[in-house]
Amino acid sequence: MTEPNQAPALLELANLTMAFGGVVAMNEVDLTVREGEIYALIGPNGAGKTTTFNVVTGVYRPTTGEVRFAGQRIDGMKRFRVTKTGIARTFQNIRLFHNMSALENVMVGLDAHHRTGALGAVFGMPWHYREERRGRERALELLDFVGISGRADETAKNLPYGDQRRLEIARALGTDPRLLLLDEPAAGMNPAEKQSLQELIRRIRDDGRTVLLIEHDMGLVMHISDRVAVLDFGQLIAEGTPREVQNNPKVIEAYLGAEADAS
Amino acid sequence: MRGDDVTNNGNTAAKSGNPFKLAGSQLDRVRDWWAKAPGWQRWIVYIGLIVGALILPAPWIGAFMSPYSDWTTVLFFPIGIYILMAIGLNIVVGLAGLLDLGYVAFFAIGSYSLAYFGTQYGWNFWATLSIGIGVTAISGVILGAPTLRLRGDYLAIVTLGFHEIVRITANNTDEIGGARGITNIPHPPDMFGTEFLFDPAPYYYLILATIVLVIIFSRRLEISRVGRSWAAIREDEDAAELMGVPTFRFKLLAFAIGAMIGGLAGAVWASQANFIAPTSFPFILSATILVAVVLGGSGNLPGVMLGAFLIAWLPERFRGLAEYRILFFGAALVLLMALRPEGLLPSRRRRAELAEGTGGMGSMGAEVAGPTSDPDVEVSSK
Repeated sequence: MTEPNQAPALLELANLTMAFGGVVAMNEVDLTVREGEIYALIGPNGAGKTTTFNVVTGVYRPTTGEVRFAGQRIDGMKRFRVTKTGIARTFQNIRLFHNMSALENVMVGLDAHHRTGALGAVFGMPWHYREERRGRERALELLDFVGISGRADETAKNLPYGDQRRLEIARALGTDPRLLLLDEPAAGMNPAEKQSLQELIRRIRDDGRTVLLIEHDMGLVMHISDRVAVLDFGQLIAEGTPREVQNNPKVIEAYLGAEADAS
Repeated sequence: MRGDDVTNNGNTAAKSGNPFKLAGSQLDRVRDWWAKAPGWQRWIVYIGLIVGALILPAPWIGAFMSPYSDWTTVLFFPIGIYILMAIGLNIVVGLAGLLDLGYVAFFAIGSYSLAYFGTQYGWNFWATLSIGIGVTAISGVILGAPTLRLRGDYLAIVTLGFHEIVRITANNTDEIGGARGITNIPHPPDMFGTEFLFDPAPYYYLILATIVLVIIFSRRLEISRVGRSWAAIREDEDAAELMGVPTFRFKLLAFAIGAMIGGLAGAVWASQANFIAPTSFPFILSATILVAVVLGGSGNLPGVMLGAFLIAWLPERFRGLAEYRILFFGAALVLLMALRPEGLLPSRRRRAELAEGTGGMGSMGAEVAGPTSDPDVEVSSK
């Protein structure tokens, strides 16, 4: 926050358009997220924020334009490959593996970099046991990191709501991402939970990861973001530091609509 | 089963009044005890089961278990073969969550491979068995590669079609005997001083050893990265893919492994049957094995084995009722599925998944969306 953003670009969307039939969810969006920053994507409902996440993680193939990650083109790449190149995400509606334990959820994420196949498991190869043991240790570390270490053996769906959100973050961190996408992580949280979530996001960044975040809670966004981009009807209407964005008349109009003119 | 119900009725019927539910909760208790049992207790159970399996062909057991047909023969086929196939199908249906309605196609391919290479080239049992397993694995991949992009009902239909293709191809290919089938399939060579001929006992021990091996393999897969990936795919395929699980590859793997076990069962069976024909592989056999898996509790090894045992054994036991036995058998299945839809011995996780499928959201409050409602993979965000 203190120094200007001179770090190399980690994620670049170049002239990106995503159309579904006649509906243009993203219209010629250019966006650059730099290594090591906390970058927030805000905008009214239906502005194209989650679509952006889906395009970045390979769920959608963009209609036109490019997505580059660490200099490499990733649009059109298979979803699990995108994850392996270092992008992980959480979901707006929690999508844990509900009937697996918290630990197993995180281990699925960790498995992204495991190599054991069916043969290694069937014949009980030493590397299989080594991976399982290390995976288990790492998973416990991650649960501890997000603050739910006591819940390792509980079934995911039995966790309280806030812990489920944390577990999703732990699972995503399991894939060891360079870029973590958080889709409304504070939704439904009380102020105390939001406060500790904020600290968690900072710690994730301090761990050397870049965070791209969709969030409606402006207090949280303005507090932790290095830079903020505003989407409205699929267009990028503003970008800059939280202070710059807050004072941008276009943003005020997008959020308050006609009232901005009236007042 | 019936006996269980009556005894339970006495002590706890006051609570729910449904004897089936009570018997079910007893079974659940057994499973939960097992989950917590320390190693030595498990070993006692394992050893007990193996000793039990070894003395199972004894005539005094047969006198009660199978008064109408030769007990040892029944133990090999259908019981042993059904159990082996159920373990294989459980990997596809129970672990990976893929509905395969044409599983017997792999059983047929295994049988035909062993029969063809054994009769035409005179290769020995172990060589033809390995070829059989290899060919079925490849056929599993051939079926899976174009079809595993389909989900749910569509996959079921395609597998159903695959079974028909295999059966009709066998029927119309003279090279493998056409409708007349293949006769004089070589028996396995002598092992441990025992002759494999028309005495069913050696075959029983052969299938027993095979089942034990396959159980170990299956269980090891289940608790590894592979099994975890399958579980993740079953629960939320999109989320799994986004967490780095190559879902297509793992589904294909499940298909190939399931196919291999089906092929293995087919090859072992053919070596005993001595004669196979396209009519040996009717669709009803696929359905029967699927019933065994679902009835027993898909996803849980002891459950599907129990299911396969009952499905194979009950019609033999009640052969005396002649045609009516099928009627009673069908009625019993309907009753059981109505009263305990999750199966006799379901795994805890599978049971919860099934409960969710029927809309029982349980402890998941309104604010937490289930895996089926409004996925993020949608055009617009909220």
